[in-house]
Amino acid sequence: MKIDLTTVDKIASLAKLEFNGSEKEDIAMDMNKMLDFVDKLQEVDTEGVKPLIHMTEQVNVLREDVARIEITQKEALKNAPKKDSTYFKIPKVISQ
Amino acid sequence: MTLEEVLKKYEVVIGLEVHAQLNTKSKAYSADPNEFGSVPNTNVSPVSLGHPGTLPKLNKEVINHAIKLGLACHCDITREMHFDRKNYFYADLPKGYQITQDKTPVCRHGYVLIKDADGNEKRIDLTRIHMEEDSGKSIHDQDPFDTLVDLNRAGVPLLEIVTEPVIKNATEAYNYLIEVRKLLRYLDVCDGNMEEGSMRCDANISIMPIGSKTYGNRVEVKNMNSIRNVYRAIEFEIVRHAEILENGGEIYQETRNFDAPSGSTIGMRGKENAHDYRYFPEPDLGGITIEQAYINQIESMLPPLPNFLYKKYINELGLSDYDATNIVENRDIALYFEEIIKHTSSYKNAANWLMGAIKSYLNEMSIEISEFPIGADKIAQLITLIESGKINNTIATQKVFPEMLANPTANPQDIATKNDWIVQGDSGEIEAIIKGVFEKNPDETKRFKDGEKKLAGFFMGLVMRESKGKADPKTTTQLLNKIIETL
Repeated sequence: MKIDLTTVDKIASLAKLEFNGSEKEDIAMDMNKMLDFVDKLQEVDTEGVKPLIHMTEQVNVLREDVARIEITQKEALKNAPKKDSTYFKIPKVISQ
Repeated sequence: MTLEEVLKKYEVVIGLEVHAQLNTKSKAYSADPNEFGSVPNTNVSPVSLGHPGTLPKLNKEVINHAIKLGLACHCDITREMHFDRKNYFYADLPKGYQITQDKTPVCRHGYVLIKDADGNEKRIDLTRIHMEEDSGKSIHDQDPFDTLVDLNRAGVPLLEIVTEPVIKNATEAYNYLIEVRKLLRYLDVCDGNMEEGSMRCDANISIMPIGSKTYGNRVEVKNMNSIRNVYRAIEFEIVRHAEILENGGEIYQETRNFDAPSGSTIGMRGKENAHDYRYFPEPDLGGITIEQAYINQIESMLPPLPNFLYKKYINELGLSDYDATNIVENRDIALYFEEIIKHTSSYKNAANWLMGAIKSYLNEMSIEISEFPIGADKIAQLITLIESGKINNTIATQKVFPEMLANPTANPQDIATKNDWIVQGDSGEIEAIIKGVFEKNPDETKRFKDGEKKLAGFFMGLVMRESKGKADPKTTTQLLNKIIETL
């Protein structure tokens, strides 16, 4: 697979990001490098091997249904670039 | 075009997706409380806020609820499964992806039994039921400059229940949603409140000329906050599609919002980019293996379900369709009825009392059956008292029942005895009253004897007054007719 500028545009739009022309070219180059690196794995014969989904053999790692408040409202809002005392604030989006 | 005209030419195809918020104590993948109506952004944690470096851990109860619903819908339970990431960008989805199940839904196939538009039983086949999480809430109309985000709902566990495209009209969709809501409530997995959004429904609607083999383009309608509105939205869409097709147009495959005040749907513009969710297996949650023993254990603990109770009431207890339908409509009413009939086998009377006097009282006081003061065993005793002829129905309804409401722990038999409302076992007392009544009203007595039958009512009223309502109407009628013969 080769990443071209159209693919960069598409991924950028899915992530709601905008880039100018030279940025896009840099991104395409970086992404191609990453894909080439991963492509190396294609050389391994995986015929008949079940896809590996998890790196651990552990299954059913579950939690009891017990509610616990771990952080305060103030702490929750602390890192938000824009907020009031109750809510996170984001640029107005038209009702979806 | 009217709906009737459309239906002469076109066949309607509907598939429904229901999202049910589970009533667990904590969220799906973190321990913050799952609670509706809390102060905004207080039921949150680093996991539900999507902070880097945090790891989700699945709530046991979510699987338990999913399997309960799956078994109730006759589904195949998936024995080995994992979660997947559904990627999309929206401000109320802090992680930038939803943890859901794409490839291995917890339940597959299965069905829900409903009544079709003609009242016949119909199977609505399910494609799947899967586990996922809710998003936060964006509030667009409270602040003039910004959209406000409350993440209390982010990470609340959901079950998504997806039907095959087998629903043929708005009535079937309506009946299906009623059944699903009943199941959710009987199983106690979700409160099924569409107004508050704990149960939500999206409808995929298309039409095609009758006899056609290819489906028309479908439209997904969202934002219907009641079962009634799902019905309205479907009827609106059917006509809208037909009018476009009749004018040579084409149905634009899109998502539309229902607008309740106008009863119409409005297309959501600017969505020309088809969604690309880029699903992949969720690496942060390990795999899940379900043992048969676990499924069996859940199955053995399933409560009686509405369809089972309905059939039992019709076939074994001999209730009418009307009574059976009304009783099973509400889980707590049905459970109360089950309690009454543990103590009496007068099923019809039990149904009458429950759907009559008790239901009126609940309506009048605006309370639920769970808040009803009188125990089911006491109601059964009252029914037994009437059955044995010790009190009549009028006394029971107008005197004993109000007294029981005022004093819920008292025994109806004691109440009746104390107030001297018990009908005398032998008819001697009533006979004496009847004879006295005849003596005091010689004119009417003569006319009654001469065949003026409608005077029976007049004498009945006098006897009731004299006996302070204790006289049993049936016995009294018999005695009136017997005694008049002897005069």
